[in-house]
Amino acid sequence: MDSVAGLAMGFANALTPINLGWALLGCFLGTAIGVLPGIGPALTIALLLPVTFKVEATGAFILFCGVFYGAMYGGSTTSILLNTPGESGSIITALEGAKMARNGRAGPALVTAAVGSFVAGTVGTLGISFIGPIVVDLALKLGPAEYFSLMLLCFVTVSAVLGGSALRGLTSLGFGLMLGLVGIDLQTGQPRLTFGIPELLDGVNVVLVAVALFAVGETLHLAWRHVEGGQEVREVGRLWMSRSDWRRSIGPWLRGSLLGFPFGVLPAGGTEMPTMLSYYAEQKMVKPEFRHEFGTTGAIEGVAGPEAANNAAAAGILVPMLTLGLPTSATAAIMLSAFQSYGIQPGPMLFTQQPVLVWTLIASLYIANVMLVVLNLPLVGLWARILKIPTPQLYAGILVFATIGTYGISNSVTDLVLLYGIGIVAMFMRRFDFPTAPVVIGMILGPMAEQALRQALTISQGDWTTFLTRPISASILALAAVALVGPRLWGAFRRPAVA
Amino acid sequence: MNQPPIHEGTPRADLGVGLFVVLLGLATLYAAWAIPESPLYAQVGAKAIPYLVGVILVGLGIGLSVSAARGGWSHGLEEAMAAPPTNWRAIGLLGAGLIVQLALIDWLGFVIAATIQYVLVCAAFGSRRPLRDLFIGIVVTLGAYLAFSRLLGVNIGAGVLEGII
Repeated sequence: MDSVAGLAMGFANALTPINLGWALLGCFLGTAIGVLPGIGPALTIALLLPVTFKVEATGAFILFCGVFYGAMYGGSTTSILLNTPGESGSIITALEGAKMARNGRAGPALVTAAVGSFVAGTVGTLGISFIGPIVVDLALKLGPAEYFSLMLLCFVTVSAVLGGSALRGLTSLGFGLMLGLVGIDLQTGQPRLTFGIPELLDGVNVVLVAVALFAVGETLHLAWRHVEGGQEVREVGRLWMSRSDWRRSIGPWLRGSLLGFPFGVLPAGGTEMPTMLSYYAEQKMVKPEFRHEFGTTGAIEGVAGPEAANNAAAAGILVPMLTLGLPTSATAAIMLSAFQSYGIQPGPMLFTQQPVLVWTLIASLYIANVMLVVLNLPLVGLWARILKIPTPQLYAGILVFATIGTYGISNSVTDLVLLYGIGIVAMFMRRFDFPTAPVVIGMILGPMAEQALRQALTISQGDWTTFLTRPISASILALAAVALVGPRLWGAFRRPAVA
Repeated sequence: MNQPPIHEGTPRADLGVGLFVVLLGLATLYAAWAIPESPLYAQVGAKAIPYLVGVILVGLGIGLSVSAARGGWSHGLEEAMAAPPTNWRAIGLLGAGLIVQLALIDWLGFVIAATIQYVLVCAAFGSRRPLRDLFIGIVVTLGAYLAFSRLLGVNIGAGVLEGII
């Protein structure tokens, strides 16, 4: 089905009053939870997952689209007004946005972030609608061997290429792979890594792990180094951009969107790199008379560009998630597990077997995007008030909701022991600078990779060279090897020149 | 600019992390060894990947330990080096909150266990008004319970208070 016909069908389905209601509820809840300091989109979706228990699949995914975009938007509000970015993608927004807020320009910063998110969301969603079907056509030609190689590439890019250290990134991934192994092996029916605990036969729940990593770990880490004294929430001021603000924002919005989207689509995972690149680009391209605002009073270009790049990359991540079933960010991994809980496996077959669901989902991304820009600016006063919840009550509340969400999965104290235990591990991961996203990705992608490996070897009758003799698979593996070794070789060559 | 305090123990802490990862890998290898041999024939059996993951973890743990022996990586982390000293009071109260929840949830039910947890966590983060926290805690946990059990139809188990409502 071509994109235009698909979108027409999707909109016809998404524009029913009840589905619009789900989108609205999703946008509202996503922003309200996403705005809480320290809570990024992945945790927002994990915490709101129970909301979908009573909703049928289409409604649930419309809700998720709203939550996803809403959480992204809420995160930027927190970064600007409180200078506490909830995820790595909004660190750059906090850099300039918080400086603008300190100098009484919180209003323009919030507006440029909101409109920038809208522009980026539109570019990103258009990209999904028109690139998605092309990727699906390609993906249908891939066999298990190619899939396995693709997953290896994902593993390398999310853990070894990004972040501070390949060693620590890969260790996080290994921890995730180990967690993913727990439970009954699907092919042979053998219990694995359950250590004789019957509750572990079903495996470790991905949502539990995400909540442990992002909520419990974060709370513990904060308590570890807690110093009394509150944080100051900046006043919102007047929500208005001057003519000059608009002129200065339009370029960064478009450049940021165009920069961010491809980063999301390629399994180069994550929003850090495009937001940083956008920041440096805007710093270079800014008109000389405004250059002094960067790093001092806060430059609007430094909010508009990175915020657009962040949102466009986040939208781009949906392309490999929907078309290939490959999550390349923690947020996408949680969404994938939500799909799986409805018995739906994202991937090329989803587009051919359930076109109504897919296109309704894409259409509701457009709708959520429009709703957010209309809703959020008038409601910014409400979001700012949510930010004023004092730290003790906020973290006590987060812990209570983390607990009830986990306990609700299977009413077992074993799950709570796991939740708090993995939370303690996550606290040390924060302290020793181990990235947490590879844990979630490894956990959900690991079992899929194992299955692909087994299928590929069954087809090739046990011949391991199948991964190297099939040209597409071999090229993907070569790419993964370059991604793993390349940066280090590059560094080794560069060092003598620098010294 | 304040000079960051020099932490004598950082390479040793980093070494601890490396050794922990080695132990995690060994535990995985043991668990892989304990998987019963499948009577079904498979190209890649149930044990292969667990063995592989165990070997990878042991290897990474050794790598981290070697890196720690060469001075570690913590001294390069701005956030860890500039961090204030460990707040034992906060960690203790928060830990107590977690243990209370684990001990009481099956016995007294979610609402009571979570309310006590709420008060303890508030105290951990420096709240000095336990009675007010208790009141807010009851409202929050009861609200969460009702939302989950009535609105969403999620079973949160039975408890003392849950039985009354």
